[in-house]
Amino acid sequence: MAIKDYLRERFFPHMWCPGCGHGIVLNNMLRSIEQLGLSKNEIVMVSGIGCSSRISGYVDFHTLHTIHGRALAFATGVKLGLPELNVIVPMGDGDALAIGGNHFIHAARRNIDITAIVMNNRIYGMTGGQFSPLSGIGTMATTAPFRNIDHDFDVAELSKAAGATFVARTTTFHAKQITDIIKQAILHEGFSVVEILTQCPTYFGRKNREGSASNMMELYKKNTTPIGSQAKQENPELIERGILHEVEAPEYCNEYDKIIKAAMKGK
Amino acid sequence: MDPNIKFIQGNEVCVEAALYAGLNFFAGYPITPSTEIAEHLAQKLPEQGGKFIQMEDEIASMAAIIGASLTGKKVMTATSGPGFSLMQEALGYAIMTEIPCVIVNVMRGGPSTGLPTSVGQGDVMQARWGTHGDHGIIALTASNHQDVFSITIDAFNLAETYRTPVILLFDEVVGHMREKLVVPEPGEIPIVERLRTSVKGGVDYHPYLPREDGRLPMSDFGGVHRYNVTGLYHDMWGFPSNNPSVVQGLHRHLNDKITNNVNQISRYKEYYLEDAECILISYGSAARSALHVVQERRPRGEKLGLLELQTLWPFPYQMIKEKCENAKSIAVVELNAGQVLRAVKRAVNDPEKVFLANRIDGVFITPVDIRNMLRFVQGRGA
Ligand SMILES: Cc1ncc(C[n+]2csc(CCOP(=O)(O)OP(=O)(O)O)c2C)c(N)n1
Repeated sequence: MAIKDYLRERFFPHMWCPGCGHGIVLNNMLRSIEQLGLSKNEIVMVSGIGCSSRISGYVDFHTLHTIHGRALAFATGVKLGLPELNVIVPMGDGDALAIGGNHFIHAARRNIDITAIVMNNRIYGMTGGQFSPLSGIGTMATTAPFRNIDHDFDVAELSKAAGATFVARTTTFHAKQITDIIKQAILHEGFSVVEILTQCPTYFGRKNREGSASNMMELYKKNTTPIGSQAKQENPELIERGILHEVEAPEYCNEYDKIIKAAMKGK
Repeated sequence: MDPNIKFIQGNEVCVEAALYAGLNFFAGYPITPSTEIAEHLAQKLPEQGGKFIQMEDEIASMAAIIGASLTGKKVMTATSGPGFSLMQEALGYAIMTEIPCVIVNVMRGGPSTGLPTSVGQGDVMQARWGTHGDHGIIALTASNHQDVFSITIDAFNLAETYRTPVILLFDEVVGHMREKLVVPEPGEIPIVERLRTSVKGGVDYHPYLPREDGRLPMSDFGGVHRYNVTGLYHDMWGFPSNNPSVVQGLHRHLNDKITNNVNQISRYKEYYLEDAECILISYGSAARSALHVVQERRPRGEKLGLLELQTLWPFPYQMIKEKCENAKSIAVVELNAGQVLRAVKRAVNDPEKVFLANRIDGVFITPVDIRNMLRFVQGRGA
């Protein structure tokens, strides 16, 4: 199938700004799904609120566009309701880690088989450029007009500590890697987190003088390095890309099925 | 003893009834005085192949049941005041997206943490207007175990019929007291199953285009129809729209589907209303004391009657107006500062004849309390 066959063309044009990285994520996520040969009927995409969350409207799956921060809680209901479905949850950094932070760590802790994609543009795009828990110290935002003094989360470390069994990171510059990582995240049985650095030239770029979208993507190339590379040892500031953590652990829906078996036998 | 006869708590009755109605998915977070509902379902659902999940909070609980409902499950959550407050945004989402679900609020004293282990009925207006924006809502209540059983089943049936969240406003006294329940045989009380679309796969399905009767046939996630569900105003495909006629149409639909069916949704019980000069209007546990007063006073020739409301929303204005036409006085018996009182005043011809008989101190209202207040109402002084 062609990528186009996964899109709801009726609902285009999309609402993203020129240069926004979210479309690159959409494109490569669909490539992963195509390469895995998944049927459209077995995929549910659940999202919250934000520019990134609008992604669910454009794809021809079962799509649930919910409320800000709660997508993983809705997704938990969907997945437990029908565990045979593949549940994918694209989220903004604010959606996933500010308002949705609690749901994020608890979904990870349960190790429920959901693929969470954090589209990290380090800013609240939808509401016009306020800082997020991933903006980091020293960044500028409409609500940090002098400079941001809020520390940021390391999504990967947070996910790992909370119990996610697959954690990976890449950027919109490394489009092929997005496809590759999302494929593995979907195949992984358990809670998977994929952080994708995605540019917001309109707000983050402008406020922080990072220039055009292509400039911002150049920065992703410059500031990141494959995991375990020599470059990282030489320059610890570099952000690592690739699969950062992958372990096997009992998955929530499988465990629940065992509970049902035991409970029904006991009766 | 007949296994169908039980002596149990109201919260357990709600559980029995929900299972009778076909509940197979529950998500919740513990809170007094509703916790027994979660505890019993944690045991009973897996025994029947259903699922129980303890979420991280009430927001997540509400979200999870909506998600599960979309996969074709009959779903419920249970909470009390503080948790009900947390659920409001997701409740509005279920209203907007027309997802059947049942929310039990076993009311305690509020606001805030209030009186966690004491009775209150202060969430009547929150049930109506707790979430933002205009909307229709169904809220039901009951005063005794047999009625808790049937009204809980009604809640599931109405949720499926109107594709809407239905709120069960029980209270601490009803939830925690023990009394007899006779469990009906399977099939004795009709169960409404979800209306699913007959549109075949590959044919354009309009998930948000109501039929002529206002009903909206559903398609489960995972089925042949892939569609979008959103809390934004949306068109017949479920795609976001701010086209004024689409917005107005959906706004009207969400209100009208409930308010235009008030007679179908309204449940109430009446005692000695035909010749009543003074009518007590009450609901939930407070109605037990009100009924006691009426039954005690009637043999003494006092023309007292009781109208027990089981549907609180949509409010049965017309029915109340008619029933109260000939009454000289009306006393609303409730455990709050007058939430139903206000609605009753709006309903009747002469609001001056409507009085409040209440308690707001966390103590259950007794027949003596009501009798004392009636003396004022009837002009007999203290
Ligand atoms: C309860 C609630 N609070 C606030 C908002 C307003 N709001 C909408 S999107 C958003 C943040 C979006 O940022 P992010 O999640 O990082 O996604 P992005 O738009 O950058 O892709 C906020 C605060 C809301 N919709 N709901």
